[in-house]
Amino acid sequence: MSRRLLVSLLVATLLLLLWQALVTLADLPPFILPGPWRVAKALAQNADLILWHAGVTLVEVVIGLTLGTLLGIATALGLAASPVARQLVRPALILTQALPVFALAPILTLWLGYGIWSKILIAVLIIYFPVTSAFSDGLAATPKGWLDLARTMQARPHHMLWRIRVPAAMPALASGLRLAAVYAPIGAVIGEWVGASQGLGYLMLLANGRAKTDLMFAALAVLALMTLVLYRAVGAGCDRLASRFS
Amino acid sequence: MPVFPAPTSRIPPVTGPAIRLAGTARFGTATLFRDAVLELLPGTWTCLLGPSGVGKSTALRLIAGLDTGADFQGDIKALDGSPLTGRVAYMAQSDLLLPWLDLRGNVALGARLRGSPPDWPRIDALIDRLGLAAHARKRPASLSGGQRQRTALARTLMENKAIVLLDEPFSALDARTRADMQDLAAETLAGRTVLMVTHDPGEAARLGARIYLMENNTLTQHPPPAGHPIRAIDDPEMLACQAALLLQLRAAT
Repeated sequence: MSRRLLVSLLVATLLLLLWQALVTLADLPPFILPGPWRVAKALAQNADLILWHAGVTLVEVVIGLTLGTLLGIATALGLAASPVARQLVRPALILTQALPVFALAPILTLWLGYGIWSKILIAVLIIYFPVTSAFSDGLAATPKGWLDLARTMQARPHHMLWRIRVPAAMPALASGLRLAAVYAPIGAVIGEWVGASQGLGYLMLLANGRAKTDLMFAALAVLALMTLVLYRAVGAGCDRLASRFS
Repeated sequence: MPVFPAPTSRIPPVTGPAIRLAGTARFGTATLFRDAVLELLPGTWTCLLGPSGVGKSTALRLIAGLDTGADFQGDIKALDGSPLTGRVAYMAQSDLLLPWLDLRGNVALGARLRGSPPDWPRIDALIDRLGLAAHARKRPASLSGGQRQRTALARTLMENKAIVLLDEPFSALDARTRADMQDLAAETLAGRTVLMVTHDPGEAARLGARIYLMENNTLTQHPPPAGHPIRAIDDPEMLACQAALLLQLRAAT
């Protein structure tokens, strides 16, 4: 077992013990804060239910992450290729960040309904900016020497973009994707809170309303685990991407 | 003299034109050089020597047609009447190899960037000629400093341009590798008009058919050693010239 994993397990065990100690010593009722053991029992008893809702959230997250990444990459490429697009789109892009996604979620649910598409769109909106911004910054930061060399070689602009600027921006894109992997589940769950009949966000809200706090915590634990696994998977892909191009 | 593999493919002979840069360059209110005249003899090496920050690279970049940030008023032209555009190859202090391409891919970069198919037989022959065949599939991170600069030279040669602009290309190399690279560059770039910017008096004395000194906003010619470049590293004339250049550099305020 690696030292890093051992430390992680030790920290997790310590936190669980602290959690249980808090519940026991403060004599908190289970509907306010259930202990970890009670949450584990709720997870085991409702495994099928939680897994089914987790599957829905996972589908929303994966589709949202894919679409948001593709849209972000396409926007950054458009901005890099056209100074006019840069002038027109950049202010609008920053403006989208002034609008909190929470505020947009109800209207998107109204427009797209209670199905998965409103959640996917919220996930797309929440990751679009970090992906666009990171990739766009990477494309704008190509080392000057490479561009000078390309100019003396009479490079065509689109070849310069694809063969030098895009590969050089891959480490920056990888940073954006890592952020996106963490943000996408947040977007999907926000959508599920606002209006849904399925998904972990919906299950958490339902459990909370019925004072089944242990079930809510169990759903939250699965959501955290899903985000962690997604972050690790995307991170591993990004590490390969960044090392391939740097 | 280092021993490099015998040529397996000849680079088509190219003769470079004479080039003349005349004018004044300013950065805002600061003058980089005033009423300078830099004349490159056709098909030979001209070395532009001077301390850091005096505008040597600016002069080279002006000839290359690259952004300098300076306001240049004057004239830059090839004396054969044809435009400079498209006839210039450029090699910088940093090798500028793309880390995601292997050695072959880096040598083929120019063709790729112009959207034309690379001439792989010629690329492989050139790589072989520069003694890099064993490393053809390696990425730059796996190459030594000397191998990287030889790759950059192969990429420059692949452009097969009549004018070659070298911006301190060997300054980051150790003394032995630098001397080897000077020999190799002199051999492979023969016949081309070469401008080399350097801050090393020894390099200028060894390679320059014409030597310019840039200091205190002015450009002056310094007599080169007798004999044709490339000169032997223990040539007394070359060593005397190196010493004279260094004294002149140190005397400049």
